[in-house]
Amino acid sequence: MALELKQSEFEIERDKNKCISCEVCVRQCSNDVHEYDSDQDTLYSDNSKCVGCRRCETLCPTGALKIRNREDQFKTNYNWTSSHLSNIYRQADSGGVLLTGMGSDRAHTVYWDHILFNAAQVTNPSIDPLREPMEIRTFIGRKPERLDFEINRNKDSKESLKDTNIKLKTKVPPQLDLSTPIMFSAMSYGSVSLNVCKSLAAAASEFGTYYNTGEGGLHKDLYGYAKNTIVQVASGRYGVDVDYLNKGAAVEIKIGQGAKPGIGGHLPGEKVTGDISNTRMIPEGTDAISPAPHHDIYSIEDLAQLIYALKEATNWLKPVGVKVSAVHNIAPIASGIVRAGADFVTIDGLRGGTGAAPQIIRDNVGIPIELAIASVDERLREEGIRYRSSIIAAGSIRSSADVIKAIALGADAVYIGTAALVAIGCHLCQKCYTGKCNWGIATQDPYLTKRLNPEIGTRKLLNLLRGWSLEIKEMLGGAGINAIESLKSNREHLRGINLNDRELAVLGIKHAGEAW
Amino acid sequence: MNRLNNINKINRNTQEYFSRFRIPSGCAVFGVVNESGERFSGQMVMDGISVMHERSNGLGGGFAAYGIYPGFEDDWVFHVFYDDMETKRQTEDEIARNFKILFGEEIPTVKISQIVNPPVIYRYFLKSKRNGDAFETEEDSIMDFVMHVNRDIRGAYIVSSGKNMGIFKGVGFPEDIGRFFKLDQYKGHLWTSHGRFPTNSVGWWGGAHPFGLLNWSVVHNGEISSFGTNKRFVSRFGYECTLSTDTEVITYLLDLLVRKQKIDIELVHLILASPLWEDIERMPVKERDILKALRILYGSALLNGPFSIIAGSSDFMYALNDRIKLRPLVAARKDRYLFISSEEAPIRRICASPDHLWHPDGGEPVIGIVRKKEIKKEIKSVRKIQDNKKFTKLVNTEMISLNKSRGDLNGSGIKAI
Repeated sequence: MALELKQSEFEIERDKNKCISCEVCVRQCSNDVHEYDSDQDTLYSDNSKCVGCRRCETLCPTGALKIRNREDQFKTNYNWTSSHLSNIYRQADSGGVLLTGMGSDRAHTVYWDHILFNAAQVTNPSIDPLREPMEIRTFIGRKPERLDFEINRNKDSKESLKDTNIKLKTKVPPQLDLSTPIMFSAMSYGSVSLNVCKSLAAAASEFGTYYNTGEGGLHKDLYGYAKNTIVQVASGRYGVDVDYLNKGAAVEIKIGQGAKPGIGGHLPGEKVTGDISNTRMIPEGTDAISPAPHHDIYSIEDLAQLIYALKEATNWLKPVGVKVSAVHNIAPIASGIVRAGADFVTIDGLRGGTGAAPQIIRDNVGIPIELAIASVDERLREEGIRYRSSIIAAGSIRSSADVIKAIALGADAVYIGTAALVAIGCHLCQKCYTGKCNWGIATQDPYLTKRLNPEIGTRKLLNLLRGWSLEIKEMLGGAGINAIESLKSNREHLRGINLNDRELAVLGIKHAGEAW
Repeated sequence: MNRLNNINKINRNTQEYFSRFRIPSGCAVFGVVNESGERFSGQMVMDGISVMHERSNGLGGGFAAYGIYPGFEDDWVFHVFYDDMETKRQTEDEIARNFKILFGEEIPTVKISQIVNPPVIYRYFLKSKRNGDAFETEEDSIMDFVMHVNRDIRGAYIVSSGKNMGIFKGVGFPEDIGRFFKLDQYKGHLWTSHGRFPTNSVGWWGGAHPFGLLNWSVVHNGEISSFGTNKRFVSRFGYECTLSTDTEVITYLLDLLVRKQKIDIELVHLILASPLWEDIERMPVKERDILKALRILYGSALLNGPFSIIAGSSDFMYALNDRIKLRPLVAARKDRYLFISSEEAPIRRICASPDHLWHPDGGEPVIGIVRKKEIKKEIKSVRKIQDNKKFTKLVNTEMISLNKSRGDLNGSGIKAI
């Protein structure tokens, strides 16, 4: 093999004094980084194969391993960075599109980190969530413009309304009922293992929120969690039939994904094994290629037809939403989607995750979710149609603070994908597309998938939801608010820091230090 | 004509300048309604609110009075604040274009040392001549006009715009504001009042309470932490918050829910201070479904944060606390009188032994309803005494000061201390 010009990204340090040659590292690494030489009774590591997933370092019983980022891969150059050089070397070798996994790691401005939340002082008492009720229950779905009642009251009687015959005349469309404004984002069976799906489904079900099947169909082991399942209909239509649609609590049409706007998906044939082939309803060993557009949606009116077709197919009992990636014209696009009849609109931002995407697209196409949410909420309100659909924000929600800020900017709820995977072990090595995930998450290799125990996964996810929910309540109470709906689009509670006038204007917030 | 965006360009001594600040405030609220529609002097309310002097800091006081212009019961009455005479001329041109002006005058006031730097204050009695086709109802066209003036004409603020009612407010302690406007000489069947404790030094006349739109008036103690959410919610229905106060948004919510969406006033508290989910889930199915629907739809209309409000309308007074009762509110009844107050003392001052005095729970409304029939009856009887000649006469005969010992309200049986 010719000399590889690309330098290894990581350096593996093994402390010989601590190493007991137990070979845990050898067994744990699916990339064959570590090798045991029985003649020498010693372990060797090949830096060039390491992906930096930290599995060996985490599991080494004596702490003998250290994985270090190599700062000196190449001579320092602020323009021609290591990543540009490595990519060019790789492409000169392969001639292909470079793939990557997870969300963008570029230094795009993270607006969450430039937004500060408010708290109440004196004029408005803060509320202690441990002593007072604090409500974060959230409903996703289409809302009518008003409610009409039929009240039959005896004109002369003094009885209060409580005792009179009052009937609701307006029919409220189906809603998703979330105990916390956080749901698990679409991750398909195929891109992640069944154990991951089980963990997500069980946690969503136990906590009273929802997980999303992604476009990989619904494995029969997950049927029991139907009440907490959002089923996705993507361009490949894998696993979609009327039973699938009716298994979910809601249907989401996937148009785009933040990590790869305008791009379809590709699950290589090698991964389409028995169960996956059954679930996706495609022959074993065939490539599962999701086209870039839906082949029956070439315009907004086509989307409207699909939305209503899906509503018909599910007897108008389930909300039907649309997921799009945040692109430059997201505000009018979202407006079109709402007018096309979507009950909720999911917007996935620039930094959103993926199992596999061309790196060049992931890092350069789309806009950050913070700006997208702010402009969509503003536009829908200007047009007077904001109430019709719920907005779900996705694309790198990293903490409960991000959730609170997203809601104050105008989202109804958020989807978390990467954060959920991190909770069950992901270390963001960004090699999901290789199928060799050492943490047993983005892989179908039974040797690797069994590393994730779905019961433990469920517990970790429940803890994450619980922890974030408690923090949300603390922050709400601190701001003197005791119901999450009073935070929605309440930008008075946000201030920007280190942002220019344009950015503040798009976000619709004042700068820190500016009072009412 | 549009308001300037750059606050630095605005003269600091004008209402225009102050209108740019949103001023959260602590306050005193007090309201009295006679459910028989009998009218009583503003002196009673001034006496009541003055007891709560400590709850205000002299940066705002005001009164809303219903039934004070019986001679013009079917006509719109605007009370308007002007920064200067030029603004007045401009606004009057606008009014003349849109209304038939039956009568207009400077609202009579007395010079007292406690009240400094008042704006130019006028009232107009009007019949609308706006084209009815452009709006669903006449009220909508009035609302549109009021919003237009308050937004687009610099230094002009229509502070009340209802029928047979008026709002009198300004910078000062409420009892002084009452004296300034000679409210002892007006008689109405429903009065609300407010003493303000803004949490910064900005005091401006337009920002005082009550806040009014059409027949609505709202006095409010507290701070609405859901302001941003509520403001965006009402903006969808054409309500623009121009005066930067929490109270403004409460007024618009009431107008939207009760007048436009026809939600029964007895249901409104289920939206503005909705029950907790845990309580809703324990209710019988039918009630639960209704409450759930209300919360799902009107979540953005929920008023969050501490508040006690008293809202007045032509035929009812409505009081409500936030759902976890973070602000005080006391109510009492005596005969056909309903009193609502921040504290008990003012009620006792006016009425030493009420039939019933209670502290409403958080989210539990208190409603005093005056039958429309009885208001009409009262209007007729007033007309009889009046000579029905000149307008000024009509207004002035209303200003009968109570020569009787203070508190004996036309033989209503309520004795002052």
